[in-house]
Amino acid sequence: MRYALFLGCTIQSRMNRYEVSARAVMDKLGIELVDIRDFNCCGYPLRNYDFKSFLLSSARNIALARSRDLPIITLCKCCYGSLKKADHVLGVDAAIREEINALLAEERLTYEGGEIKHLLSVLYHDLGVQALQEKVERPFREVKIATHYGCHALRPSDVVQFDDPSNPRLFDDLVEITGAESIDWSNRLECCGAPLLGVNDELSMDLMEKKLSNGKENGADYLCVACPYCQLQFDRVQSMMISQRGENSRLPSILYTQLLGLSMGIDADALQIEKNELDISSIKGFL
Amino acid sequence: MFFSILLYVSLILCGLGLLYRLFKWFRGRIGQRAKNISTAKRILAAIRGVVGTVFSVKILTLLKVFVLDVILQRRIIREDFLRWLMHICIYVGFMLLLVMHALDKIITSKLFTEYYSTINPFMFLRDLFGVIVVIGLLIALYRRFILKVPRLSTNAMDFYAIIILVVIMLSGFILEGLKITSYKRYQEMVVDFTATDDKGELKALESYWVKEFAVVSPNRDLAFDMETLKLGEKMHDMSCVECHSNPRWAFGGYAAAILMKPVARGLDEADAVNVLLYIHFIACFIGLAYLPFSKMFHIIATPVSLLANAVMDENSDPANIATRQVMELDACTHCGTCSLRCSALAAFRALGNVDILPSEKMQHVRALVRGKRLSDVQLRSLQEGVYICTNCERCTVVCPSGINLRDLWFQVREDLVQKEYPVPFMLTPLSYYRGLMRQVLESEHYAQPLNRAMSGLTMKLDEIKKNDIVLSHSDIDSAFLTEIGLTADASTYAQCFSCSTCTTSCPVVSNYDNPIDVLGLLPHQIIHSAVMGLKDLALGSRMLWDCLTCYKCQENCPQGVRVAEVLYKLKNLAVIESKELREEALAGSAQI
Repeated sequence: MRYALFLGCTIQSRMNRYEVSARAVMDKLGIELVDIRDFNCCGYPLRNYDFKSFLLSSARNIALARSRDLPIITLCKCCYGSLKKADHVLGVDAAIREEINALLAEERLTYEGGEIKHLLSVLYHDLGVQALQEKVERPFREVKIATHYGCHALRPSDVVQFDDPSNPRLFDDLVEITGAESIDWSNRLECCGAPLLGVNDELSMDLMEKKLSNGKENGADYLCVACPYCQLQFDRVQSMMISQRGENSRLPSILYTQLLGLSMGIDADALQIEKNELDISSIKGFL
Repeated sequence: MFFSILLYVSLILCGLGLLYRLFKWFRGRIGQRAKNISTAKRILAAIRGVVGTVFSVKILTLLKVFVLDVILQRRIIREDFLRWLMHICIYVGFMLLLVMHALDKIITSKLFTEYYSTINPFMFLRDLFGVIVVIGLLIALYRRFILKVPRLSTNAMDFYAIIILVVIMLSGFILEGLKITSYKRYQEMVVDFTATDDKGELKALESYWVKEFAVVSPNRDLAFDMETLKLGEKMHDMSCVECHSNPRWAFGGYAAAILMKPVARGLDEADAVNVLLYIHFIACFIGLAYLPFSKMFHIIATPVSLLANAVMDENSDPANIATRQVMELDACTHCGTCSLRCSALAAFRALGNVDILPSEKMQHVRALVRGKRLSDVQLRSLQEGVYICTNCERCTVVCPSGINLRDLWFQVREDLVQKEYPVPFMLTPLSYYRGLMRQVLESEHYAQPLNRAMSGLTMKLDEIKKNDIVLSHSDIDSAFLTEIGLTADASTYAQCFSCSTCTTSCPVVSNYDNPIDVLGLLPHQIIHSAVMGLKDLALGSRMLWDCLTCYKCQENCPQGVRVAEVLYKLKNLAVIESKELREEALAGSAQI
């Protein structure tokens, strides 16, 4: 299994531990990740401002991966959603496709469709639950995880085709493979609030706080996410929130690649567990 | 005498220029952080910082960076081997020429007592070093004008740098070629160094030099038979060989001599040697005098930037960070590596704003910091260019000059968004990094531009809501959503039957007790406004910009209205409208 690893902007600059832990896990699972240096931003932050900028950004990435005959694997839900959306629009709208291809032609690239997958889908569908289960050497015991899906992987469901949008199971199953319990909680499909950070911080924190409280009320020990924006929100922004609003809804978050990596027997240091702002090292006690 | 005076004048100009530029490092201000730190304080902090670093273990880091990044230029070879080869050729070749050839009286003749510019190895080495520089220059021209490296643009500063080097090198080689062919030069040497007065012997020597070393003689009666040449060679061995190697060793100049042979006689008569000498010297003096104000200043600023960034981080003395940031502007060589790796480069292609590319906005930022007044149009384009950045930090990682571009853009952005007009791009996830960094900004400073952007975009709706306006037909523009490039998504708004499921499923709406007061219009009302063709209503609500893009509305819509996509489309339209308004305002003020 070979994929073009699409890191996007946030992981490279602010969530390096996601890349490090993902590489460690994928290495042990025998999944090969190819780096394409020419990749650019997926276009997500540009969508509010200019649709064409967004579309061209995504199209360029898809074309780059396609020119090497590789499917794209993303670690970020927003990159995933954006690439899928662009792929969808370019697939159905010939006029736009032509316009974008004219711009890409300057770099001798062409958009001809592509395959885009999120890390979780690769693990679940391409590798398979069975194969993954076999790699779990040290399953967790009695740890309750609030599994956070992330909006841009789930919706719009007809475009992203990640899982059932109203009752998804994919991520819960992946969490449970590690031996942890993925709890049922009413806010599990809500947004983390990250898209509004920097625009309306109060609203962004309100939404996160609701989500954290709900997870906590339902007995969660940790949140688990598979997106750098969600993790930044639940870690760095949560600690900003704690200093403003207090500890009431404190609920630290762990990246799925770290959770899975620990259960596969990978060393906590190699997964950069200590890099979280809110301490999550206590999770090792549940192994 | 003339050259000595010129040399001293250009040295003084260069020295004064350098002092001026160094002083500017301590005076220029970028960002809020630098606002309240005086120049005196910055100079003292720099002295303290330098002394403190040199007398600590950090000196080892400095030494390492000096060898690997400054001398060997590791950061360039990581990016592009051809570029590294080009740069190493130009700078190594030129440095060696400077030391061995230009400063021969000061350096080379002191080190080697037998030094003479006309004997080997010096004669050969001078040409070797020169040819190395020429190879570098040829690669530079090839990259810029034939290979056309992507996003490598050439501005006046780059042209000057290439031209001055080309003039120095070409004039050097032509001068050497002319000297080789010059009969006048030959005669001077004969007078100075030949041990004989015998006419026959002198003629034989001349024949020998004409035949063997490309001297162009006006004498038509020279004999080139074996005997004469034999005698000439003997004379050559007696008088010349000791302090003049075979001119062929000066292979660059010799090649030039061969090429110029047909016209050499005329040139010699016209005293072209002296003309070229003037050109060569004056070009060198111009290069020297203008160095502090040209791209060549990077030979000082770039090593300083590499060294400073190796031992500084965000916890360093703010006074030193402020100074470093201004200094870094001079360290930029406009090499374009940052733009090649820029994550936002597609936005540059789509929007056509060249300031989105880091290497280009750098030029405008530099002009701004140096006190140049940019036009309103330039300023607006820079403002957008600096904001359309995903803060991926790749420019900082790859910059061969080691410039901390991430922090530079952050500070410049803060300066620019404080200008007195709304900037819609602030209401997008491009502001995410700013949100993470809000602790380093004053709260008022943080909120103000956001509020201004928001009220600029929601002004019309606020007005309508405040005054209970009765809308007339003229307010209706049923085509506004279909005017430009309607995608299949946006057209679905027409299917809405106002069940308000979108609004009830919106997490933003449910966050407020009185959402209409806060958000202006709710999602179903926005869609309804679009259905009715009420553009000001549809484009004017805060809800658009407080939308999470979580797509719950769209997922739940029983009518298949792509609510979130329609909101995206409306946001794009609002951005265009706000740009148009701004342009109108500019045109209006220009008329006054």
